[in-house]
Amino acid sequence: MPMPRVKFNQDLCKGCGLCVSVCPQRLIQVQKRRLNDKGLHPVYVEQVDRCTGCGMCATICPDLAIEVWR
Amino acid sequence: MQAVFKRTAGLLNIPTHYCPGCTHGILHRLIAEAMCELDILHRTIGVSSVGCTYNNYEYFACDMVQAAHGRAPAVATGIKRVHPSKSVFTYQGDGDLAAIGTAEIIHAAARGEKISVFFANNAIYGMTSGQMAPTTLIGQVTTTSPFGRDPDAQGHPINVSEMMATLPGAVYVERVSLHDYRHIIQAKKAVRKAFRVQEAGLGFSLVEVLSTCPTNWGMDPPKSMDWVAEVMIQQYPLGLFRDPKLEESK
Ligand SMILES: Cc1ncc(C[n+]2csc(CCOP(=O)(O)OP(=O)(O)O)c2C)c(N)n1
Ligand code: SF4
Repeated sequence: MPMPRVKFNQDLCKGCGLCVSVCPQRLIQVQKRRLNDKGLHPVYVEQVDRCTGCGMCATICPDLAIEVWR
Repeated sequence: MQAVFKRTAGLLNIPTHYCPGCTHGILHRLIAEAMCELDILHRTIGVSSVGCTYNNYEYFACDMVQAAHGRAPAVATGIKRVHPSKSVFTYQGDGDLAAIGTAEIIHAAARGEKISVFFANNAIYGMTSGQMAPTTLIGQVTTTSPFGRDPDAQGHPINVSEMMATLPGAVYVERVSLHDYRHIIQAKKAVRKAFRVQEAGLGFSLVEVLSTCPTNWGMDPPKSMDWVAEVMIQQYPLGLFRDPKLEESK
């Protein structure tokens, strides 16, 4: 089976942290040392291989910054 | 590989101006997805109101009209009566719907206008920077209730859904929330149902959506979601207040 994939659009992300709070695998973090075009701290996923492709992050994202495949 | 989640065609590819973590973005997406899934995007006309979402006509991929503060249900009434074959919705905040627009919403419901109202209740005036709204909770601190809302001086919160449910013209009234995954899925069903009730010509539908305003509540976004779950829901219990019993076709 191919590995699930999650893609974050760094420029749409406002770093609100809602996805961070719902990820059951706790894979998402706000990048405190990076700024995007908006001047906000976008999130990134550590250990992508542990993503199960559940889509919870994308469902709670108010900015459609996340896409998920499985 | 299959997409579990991808951007809906019901929203244009434009970043929104909402604050980080504001649930207005989630509600926009649910409405957009519902229009696409029911295949009504091409014949839907939305009415933007006044509040932080005043310019959401920029974001939705359907036709949109902007109404003066509180008047969206009146504008939607006109549109629907002239174009009965269109699906017409309003998107209103609690400052818009439950304060300056109280007369419009009550009479649109009483007349049983065949429109769908999406009512984002965040218990505060967001756009104008956090004044008390009619929906502000007892004890809630806002810029105009700095010591907490005191019912003696500032009255009691208005429970819009319960009030609407007393009107026979309001055939579908439900209160939902966006504070976690499960509730967002539930809210999506309610949004779809509101459109379906209108499509079936049954009457007026209103979905009250408990929303957040992290900026003016002075909380970070995850904390705001907790506040909805723990505090706001006690004043505004979720539930189905009027149910027209649609047959489960779509
Ligand atoms: C006739 C009129 N009166 C007052 C205002 C100022 N005003 C703008 S938005 C707003 C309240 C919006 O609150 P709400 O509907 O809760 O939306 P939110 O910003 O919280 O999403 C007010 C009073 C206005 N624009 N027009
Ligand atoms: S002020 Fe409040 S309601 Fe308005 S966009 Fe910001 S968080 Fe959302």
